[in-house]
Amino acid sequence: MPLIGSSKNHGKETFNMNAQDQENRLPRRRVLQWFAAVAAAEGIALPAALAQTTKPGSTGYGQDPVMAKSYERGEVWPLTFTKVEKTAALALADMIFPKDDMGPAASEVRVADFIDEWVSAPYPRQQGDRKAIIPGLKVLDEDCRKRFQKNFVELNEPQKKAACDEMAKGNHFFHVFTALAAGAYYSDPRCWKALGYAGNIPVGGAFPGPPKEVLDQLGLVQTVL
Amino acid sequence: MPTISISKAQSEYDVIIVGSGAGGGQMAYTLTLAGIKCLMLEAGRSYDVAKETPMFQTGKDAPLGGSSTPDKNFGFFDATIDGGWQVPDEPYTQASDKAEEQFKWWRARMMGGRTNHWGRISLRNGPYDFKPYSRDGLGFDWPISYDDLEPYYTKVEKLIGVYGSNEGMENTPDSPAGVLQPPPKGRVGDLMIQKHGKKLGVPVIPIHRAVLTQPQDGKKLAPELHPDNPEAQKIVEESMSSRAACFWATDCGRGCSIRANYQSTTVHLPPALATGNLDIIPNAHVREVIVGKDGKAKGVLFIDKTTGKEERVKGKAVVLAASSGETVRILLNSASGDSIANSSGLVGKYIMDTVGSDMLGQIPAMENLPAHNDDGAGGCHFYSPWWLYKEQKAGKLDFARGYHIEISGTRSMPKGNSPVPSHFFKGLYGTKLKEAARRYYGSFVHLACRGEMIPNEGSFAELDSEVKDKWGIPVMKWHWKWSDHELNMSAHAQKTFAGIFEAAGGKGLYDPKRDPRKAILRGGEVIHEVGGALMGADAKKSVCNEWNQTWDIKNLLLCDASPFASNSDKNPTETIMALAWRAADRLIEESRKGNL
Repeated sequence: MPLIGSSKNHGKETFNMNAQDQENRLPRRRVLQWFAAVAAAEGIALPAALAQTTKPGSTGYGQDPVMAKSYERGEVWPLTFTKVEKTAALALADMIFPKDDMGPAASEVRVADFIDEWVSAPYPRQQGDRKAIIPGLKVLDEDCRKRFQKNFVELNEPQKKAACDEMAKGNHFFHVFTALAAGAYYSDPRCWKALGYAGNIPVGGAFPGPPKEVLDQLGLVQTVL
Repeated sequence: MPTISISKAQSEYDVIIVGSGAGGGQMAYTLTLAGIKCLMLEAGRSYDVAKETPMFQTGKDAPLGGSSTPDKNFGFFDATIDGGWQVPDEPYTQASDKAEEQFKWWRARMMGGRTNHWGRISLRNGPYDFKPYSRDGLGFDWPISYDDLEPYYTKVEKLIGVYGSNEGMENTPDSPAGVLQPPPKGRVGDLMIQKHGKKLGVPVIPIHRAVLTQPQDGKKLAPELHPDNPEAQKIVEESMSSRAACFWATDCGRGCSIRANYQSTTVHLPPALATGNLDIIPNAHVREVIVGKDGKAKGVLFIDKTTGKEERVKGKAVVLAASSGETVRILLNSASGDSIANSSGLVGKYIMDTVGSDMLGQIPAMENLPAHNDDGAGGCHFYSPWWLYKEQKAGKLDFARGYHIEISGTRSMPKGNSPVPSHFFKGLYGTKLKEAARRYYGSFVHLACRGEMIPNEGSFAELDSEVKDKWGIPVMKWHWKWSDHELNMSAHAQKTFAGIFEAAGGKGLYDPKRDPRKAILRGGEVIHEVGGALMGADAKKSVCNEWNQTWDIKNLLLCDASPFASNSDKNPTETIMALAWRAADRLIEESRKGNL
């Protein structure tokens, strides 16, 4: 994070990664710094050239959005995936986050809509990701047609797996898509259990602190009694 | 929050207060409870904490999962409204195009200002921190000592509610018995750093933060704070009784609808309004202080942003508490741009921020920990106060002042970004990806150096001779410079952090030897903007006296951080409030003598 300062050396992707960690963290000061870093990296104003690359809405939610409500994806700016892009994104997201013992499938928690909202946003960071995602979804289908004569969504499971295994070797689009999908997936409370996040619930009395099994595993002793 | 428009304002007030944050809020609180009629001007809109705070919203509820954007720099749920690194219609400029010579200016145009989202870290300056020049020959001494301010730190802590412990450490003051609320238990990251920091001699103790860990005892506290003032006691007791203790969920940075933490809008302003002695005009963008022929402040000239019209309000005294940068700007723009309170020529000089230098580390022992609720008090529980005073005194370090370390674990709510840096699961998908996310989630700890910057000639602000804001008012132009003291401190912190992570069997994710100019945060980025109108003992060498009064205009007080003569590693907010309360008491005393 502000690290930020430091992460500037490491290129934008690393930077964003670091920013992510902090974003979760509450500690105001550091979080502030992290975000600061992000803001610095993103630039403050929306460059006109970038704005023009977003087809529909090109204004953000501004500095005074209503915070205490629940937004639908696409409520603050229009979603821009074409039907073909959405179809490919849905299928790919479900390969990356399938339904299993740990949690629901990506499609159950609308990961593709989140990514659509993300790449449709009129902000520099998201516009940068759009440059990887939109062409990447197209190339994904093109590659699948060359190899299997079908679009990704039409492949059977072993074929989808073969396509993903190929991309997992170092495809930039795949890595960006996976990182966005992870942000989307774990933002949904239905996926918190898969991660091990167990908060956002009011607790009465004194803060209980970590359970004994956690302290024992790390050889720690609670020092505030 | 009840506000008025200019048409409802009285023809004259006792005191005009510019700004509604920590300093303005404290002034309004102390003065109105003593029966003084105040008008507060806030540049932003009013704000209803109970209705507007997103207490339990998740990433599912917010655009982009709540991640940061140029509109909401600290994420969608950050309490800041109409603010951030840039504010529309109100630009600021830089003297240099080099990033390390620029100042990033965070402003919040809203009722309560930056207190709505701040970190709630409430540390007292220690005795050394008021006399830095006497100790090492650098910077400036304050005209007051710790003993002068101690009673006010205690009052502030009783009023706002601060958790923490008394550890008896050097230059890290204890509070009197019974003042602090109990600290919350350590979280897993806190306890790890505490255990392994010990190997390097780094002490880790509970931090002090303005969050109630128990209900406030208004019946006991109100009479202690306001002896001989039954009406004030009643109002304050009622306000305290209506605050709830923390329920260990949701970030403090969102604000707090149950009023468990301090923000001006929930702690200072409600009792001040309850006295009937406070009017507040929002959307009031102050241009200048009006000074009479007799050399006294007569009131304030502002732009009503709802109409675009210039308005004037009169007061027997004027308090500027608009943030250091904005207070300096008002002083420089007054007298039609000739500046006021500036016979020393020092208005705008010696602006300071906090030295920030951070590192994220990964600790394998913390992988795959059993799931548990680690939310806690919505901010830091533990920190390391500066621990190398003796080494510094012995000349063993290549920087003169200290830093503390703020510790943050990472088992927090995912909000739009991957909860684990994505290179930790590069090339994985499917169940293996989920297993990797589960494995690494929460295995990171963030350490933040927050250290003292020594005031220097190269860090100051002036009016830009060309650029004006939407209302035609000249804007601030910033100059910034870090000295070797700050850069060497940053390098020391990086090395220390790498050592702590190693001691815990982990690894820092950044190279600790990287250029300290890259490791240090930009000027202003810690949002501890202080100085610019320093207090001192000599009218020729300072802007304010020890009572926050400007030397040149005695009925003009500066009650934000602009009078700070130094910026110790302790976060400035509690000191802003303590100084303001002290200044307000002095003003009340003068008023009773008929000197207002």
